[in-house]
Amino acid sequence: MLVEIGHFALVLAMLVALVQAVVPLAGASVRSRALMDLARPAALLQFGLVALSFAVFMHAHIISDFSVRNVFENSHTAKPMLYKVTGVWGSHEGSMMLWVLMLTLFGGLVAGLGRSLPTSLRSRTLAIQGLLGFGTLLFIIATSNPFDRLFPVPADGRDLNPLLQDPGLAFHPPFLYFGYVGFSITYSFAIAALIEGRVGAQRARWVRPWSLSAWCGLTVGIAMGSWWAYYVLGWGGWWYWDPVENASFMPWLLGTALLHSAAVVEKREALQRWTVLLAILTFGMSLIGTFLVRSGVLTSVHSFAVDPTRGVFILVLIALVIGGGLLLYALRAPGLEAGNPFAPVSREGALVLNNLLLSAGMATVFLGTFYPLFAEVWSGVKLSVGPQFFNATFVPILMPGVVAMVIGPVLAWRRGHLAAALRRLAPAFVGAFLAPTLVLVFNRTAPPAALAGVALAVWAMLGVVTDLADRSGFARQPLHATWRRFRHLPRGTWGYATAHFGVGVLIAGIVVSTAWRSERIETMHAGDSLEIAGRTLRFVGVTEGDVANYHVERAQIVVERPGAAPMTLYPERRWYSVARSQTTNTAIATNGFGDLYLALGDTDGKGGWVLRAYYNPLVPWIWFGAILAAVGGLVSLSDRRLRLRVPAPRAPAAVAARPVDS
Amino acid sequence: MVLRLLIAAVLLVPIAVSSVHAVEPSERLADPALEARARALSKELRCLVCQNQSIDESNADLAHDLRQLLRQRLVAGDTDQQVLDYLTARYGVFVLLDPPFEPLTWILWLTPPVLVIGGGGLLLLRARRRRPDPAVPDLTGDESVRAALLLDEPR
Repeated sequence: MLVEIGHFALVLAMLVALVQAVVPLAGASVRSRALMDLARPAALLQFGLVALSFAVFMHAHIISDFSVRNVFENSHTAKPMLYKVTGVWGSHEGSMMLWVLMLTLFGGLVAGLGRSLPTSLRSRTLAIQGLLGFGTLLFIIATSNPFDRLFPVPADGRDLNPLLQDPGLAFHPPFLYFGYVGFSITYSFAIAALIEGRVGAQRARWVRPWSLSAWCGLTVGIAMGSWWAYYVLGWGGWWYWDPVENASFMPWLLGTALLHSAAVVEKREALQRWTVLLAILTFGMSLIGTFLVRSGVLTSVHSFAVDPTRGVFILVLIALVIGGGLLLYALRAPGLEAGNPFAPVSREGALVLNNLLLSAGMATVFLGTFYPLFAEVWSGVKLSVGPQFFNATFVPILMPGVVAMVIGPVLAWRRGHLAAALRRLAPAFVGAFLAPTLVLVFNRTAPPAALAGVALAVWAMLGVVTDLADRSGFARQPLHATWRRFRHLPRGTWGYATAHFGVGVLIAGIVVSTAWRSERIETMHAGDSLEIAGRTLRFVGVTEGDVANYHVERAQIVVERPGAAPMTLYPERRWYSVARSQTTNTAIATNGFGDLYLALGDTDGKGGWVLRAYYNPLVPWIWFGAILAAVGGLVSLSDRRLRLRVPAPRAPAAVAARPVDS
Repeated sequence: MVLRLLIAAVLLVPIAVSSVHAVEPSERLADPALEARARALSKELRCLVCQNQSIDESNADLAHDLRQLLRQRLVAGDTDQQVLDYLTARYGVFVLLDPPFEPLTWILWLTPPVLVIGGGGLLLLRARRRRPDPAVPDLTGDESVRAALLLDEPR
């Protein structure tokens, strides 16, 4: 009964979404206040219905109601409660439910918090949001019904993919989807702005909290996914340029570009058209990211051809959202107000360069991801595009961006002076030169690429520090005055500084862990030991046992290091008998500056076990850096300038008396 | 038996194989220089039956066979390029993770530099046409927000 209520609420939500899409749009074009005002309650109602439906679905998972097909296929009575809850979004149907929940949540938030928006803009934005909700709900109900029943009811379920039974992955999708779906708001705003023919600084300011929070969510989501890959897959790698990873990286790249170009609109009233285009494309990439992964077309053309219903539906949906947006853009963008001019060397100019490189980087990732698909379709030749391609193209494209990232914030708006900016950055320049020199002293054979990477990382980090010191008036006034100014720098400045510093930390982590990683792969017997990165690993032996829903083989390894207390690590392998699959659970000892990473491999059946041991210097900085970047976003979000100058709602009578223009 | 878990069907993470053995100690060559070349090469070769892994990372039987095959070729005196050519002849260009520059991949390899150079050039041209007039001070963001509020709302 409950399940049917959930199903019914979902269908109802779809109908509400349709009303939310059509009525306010019509209302805005005939300038009917009453019709436009329908958008807010509709958005709230749609969210309420989807939330109810989601709650019912989650309840079915928690109580293991195997009469629901989705629960049967993705759960098991012996599964720990945490994963019964997070298993809700572990399947295709469940993740679509999470997606639409987020989508309607954002719509509801705009309806609830967007009181200060002009009515026509708010109604149109919510209408577009309703349209997106309608499309997704139709997709769910028509092709991926989570409430499908099963009869006769099976005694037990098939269990969730064991790789997903992991805390890192359990919370990865909500963050990622928060990010993807957050960009739906910027999309809806952009479309509404195109319909109205106006962008402007005020509108950019309204959109900023949405795009910033979406970006933060996406950043955290990607970092979590990468961290998960690092500790679960057992090679010590953290990014594989896998299509599935790229799918989440593409909207991130465009979203980053969008944040920066929206800042130009907000501060200088320039780049309006480009920002609107980016908003459309960023959400387009989010859709491609989620849905193409879901359709299976990325993994194999053949799996797509076997069950094309979902895939075709998805392609049509994406084509409508992106194509419709671009069509409207082509028709209306020429009518948008022209931006204020600026010199090539200016803060705007640096941000344009950043946008160019991020967009070109995104296009490169897109091409690398989809090229094998295109090539197979038009020539029949199966082709591989591996990490080598991305390292050879994407990395050099983004490197000048890192150089510019430090210079840009030091340049003046409109017209800057490069020489003066570089003079101000002299300390960073010296550091970027000294650091690799120092590395060379200790390591004569250091590869040039690694040295360049070190220089870049130091440049990014020191550049931020130099700029902060400069903005506080360091060395130009007494120290206490500097300190006071330093503490009272605007939050927006702190946000930028934290995020950019995070990028430097991230680069340091990538470069050092890639260039100076050590690896030992040996067959170990009880009592054997091996040396890695100045540590002695003594293999004590392997014990076996049964825990919850899996069987475990656990190795005991004592790590000794001169001058430190010995510690014991337990890398394991787990066998999930219901799901019939095996996972590795690596043992990682970290001190923040490097990870000792152990993974247990196969046994030869004669007491010998393959042990993979890595020492990954600075690898934790990759995730520190990403988290710092996200924190920077949050700090920026808290800047009170964002909330200032929001006009107080006017008396309704006064509003009603005026004509509502479009 | 290989357990290929189609993570792609589930979430945004790479494909995982069940257990870690990949390069096995027993496969290793005695000559460290040759072994280093073998490792480098095996990172460039795709495990044909896996989702998206090099033979260096895969524990599939085929990957094991390919690792042994390439070591045999190296011991027999092949250069790196000869090994790659040999494997390409047997398995097609699909086996190469680093796509070679040939007519089929021209678009793939040339698009990124064309985008950066072409895009940069266009932007520079545009910037030259629309220089700010130093005599005319324009509004700051805050000023234009205030102006917009005066002109704009309520709508």
